[in-house]
Amino acid sequence: MKDIEKYVNPKALTPSNASFFRYEEKSKGEERRAKLCLSIEEAIYRSGLKDGMTISFHHAFRGGDLLLNNVMNVIAKMGFKDLTLASSSLASVHDPLIEHIQNGVVTQIYTSGLRSKLGEAISKGLMQKPVQIHSHGGRVHLLQSGELHIDVAFLGVPVSDEFGNANGYSGRSKCGSLGYAMMDAHYADYVVVLSESLEAYPNVPASLHQDQVDAIVVVDEVGDPSKIGAGETRMTTNPKELLLASHTAKVIEHSGLFKEGFSIQTGTGGASLATTVFLSERMEEKGIHASFGLGGITGTMVYMLKRGLIKTLLDVQSFDEFAAKSIGENKNHIEISANEYANPSSKGASIKQLDIVVLSALEVDVAFNVNVITGSKGLLRGASGGHSDTAAEAKLSIIVAPLTRGRIPTVTQRVNTVVTPGATVDVLVTDQGIAVNPKNVELKERLKKAGLHVVDIHTLYERAIALCGEPAQIAYTDKIVAVIRYRDGSIIDVVRQLA
Amino acid sequence: MNTLHVDIQPAHAGTLESSDAFVRVMPNDRAGVEIELESSVAEIYGDAIEASVLQTVLAMNVDRVKVMIQDKGALDFVIKARVQTALLRALGVSEPDWSTL
Repeated sequence: MKDIEKYVNPKALTPSNASFFRYEEKSKGEERRAKLCLSIEEAIYRSGLKDGMTISFHHAFRGGDLLLNNVMNVIAKMGFKDLTLASSSLASVHDPLIEHIQNGVVTQIYTSGLRSKLGEAISKGLMQKPVQIHSHGGRVHLLQSGELHIDVAFLGVPVSDEFGNANGYSGRSKCGSLGYAMMDAHYADYVVVLSESLEAYPNVPASLHQDQVDAIVVVDEVGDPSKIGAGETRMTTNPKELLLASHTAKVIEHSGLFKEGFSIQTGTGGASLATTVFLSERMEEKGIHASFGLGGITGTMVYMLKRGLIKTLLDVQSFDEFAAKSIGENKNHIEISANEYANPSSKGASIKQLDIVVLSALEVDVAFNVNVITGSKGLLRGASGGHSDTAAEAKLSIIVAPLTRGRIPTVTQRVNTVVTPGATVDVLVTDQGIAVNPKNVELKERLKKAGLHVVDIHTLYERAIALCGEPAQIAYTDKIVAVIRYRDGSIIDVVRQLA
Repeated sequence: MNTLHVDIQPAHAGTLESSDAFVRVMPNDRAGVEIELESSVAEIYGDAIEASVLQTVLAMNVDRVKVMIQDKGALDFVIKARVQTALLRALGVSEPDWSTL
């Protein structure tokens, strides 16, 4: 033994505590299929899930997600209580959660978005503990800081192999990028992959990796492909949206950033998609190419990639089937994780390299604060998403919204809920004028010189009130139903229960 | 001009399209103006709409009337115009007394 001593770390290992090799008999290859479970129940049983723990899901299937409800039903049937649900976001399809909350299965929620009946029920006081609303970057920050600790992650994918190598761009229910799921796979103690189909090993390139995955369940369906990007890809014919898009494209063109190699992120929705179309025309005319397109990626961005107008797409979430397919086919369409996308404490988030972001709003106030989470009646009906992340980091953040929606004014004295602080917003484009944040003196001059209809934001507010009338104050109780977390984890606002 | 119109027939005006209002008026047993409002913006504009409808009806000197409004987020001038038109039809008048509008 003495002769070994010099080869081991003298501070930690001694002959008395070092462990020495001993061969254990086993049949080689028996672990190959050991991760496969016959049912969701078996995977939950193996995970060691207990009352009071935190479970997570990703939202890449958006409105077509079938998995969360299925898993929650199994969890409820198995009798678990007092769980924290940390889905990267929630859509209208998740209204059945109301029952699980009523039955005490779920007692706390972390999410980016809340909508539909679930949002309404929570606004009316369904939960004892307030929901924590985070941004996409902010969620990773909460995971990294340890506030949000995932015990068991349930990650739906269209395709995996028997060892857990999974991706989102092949198979039946393609969701495209698994940028959010990657974080759960990285941070969760126990990772269950639920796959629609099983490919031969190795299913590469993989987005979720074999060394992250503990258990695999093959399920009939994880999503409804027709609803994953439903309503997002349609090119608008709404004249108001086209007008907004045309104004927005002009703001970009004259912002001083519209140069060879610029970068851009746009969201979903009619005006945003139309903006990319108008912008493409200007890019072709002027021979300008974008270095990258970021964020939630749409079919129109893929089209720009294919035409050579954009060099690279960095995709954390694919907004429609075209994007979902493209990510597996185009080598310059790159899947990135939420940490690479937007986490403020990441070593490198792509939004820090971003020039222009085009964002929507439910409300904008005269201080340029933006609300994307509560509607005009005070109900939770939106999502924080990457809004505050991109507004804070992009060189130019553009908010695009109609001045009024029906009788509801978009520009208000004070937003119901602050999600994105006005200090990070550069310009507001409405159908009745463009308001530049007063701190951007140079931008204002540029847009004026270009002949754009630049007005003071107070003028827009007065115009909205002249059209709609002064809305009555919404009555709230003192009870807090949701806490809006800024991307760094701080509390930027709260949502109270409707009276 | 100051006579109260109480002899009215049921009538309607408007549509259920968004940003419009469907207004029905009918005779009522009770004196006064009874308003029944259904609105997509009731929480923030319900009171304003009722006040505006009442003012419009009073300005046209109509009494013993029930006004039912299904509002789809119409702006104030739209609601007023729909109420006025419904009342003119209820009164069987083709040319309004412009001074009351």
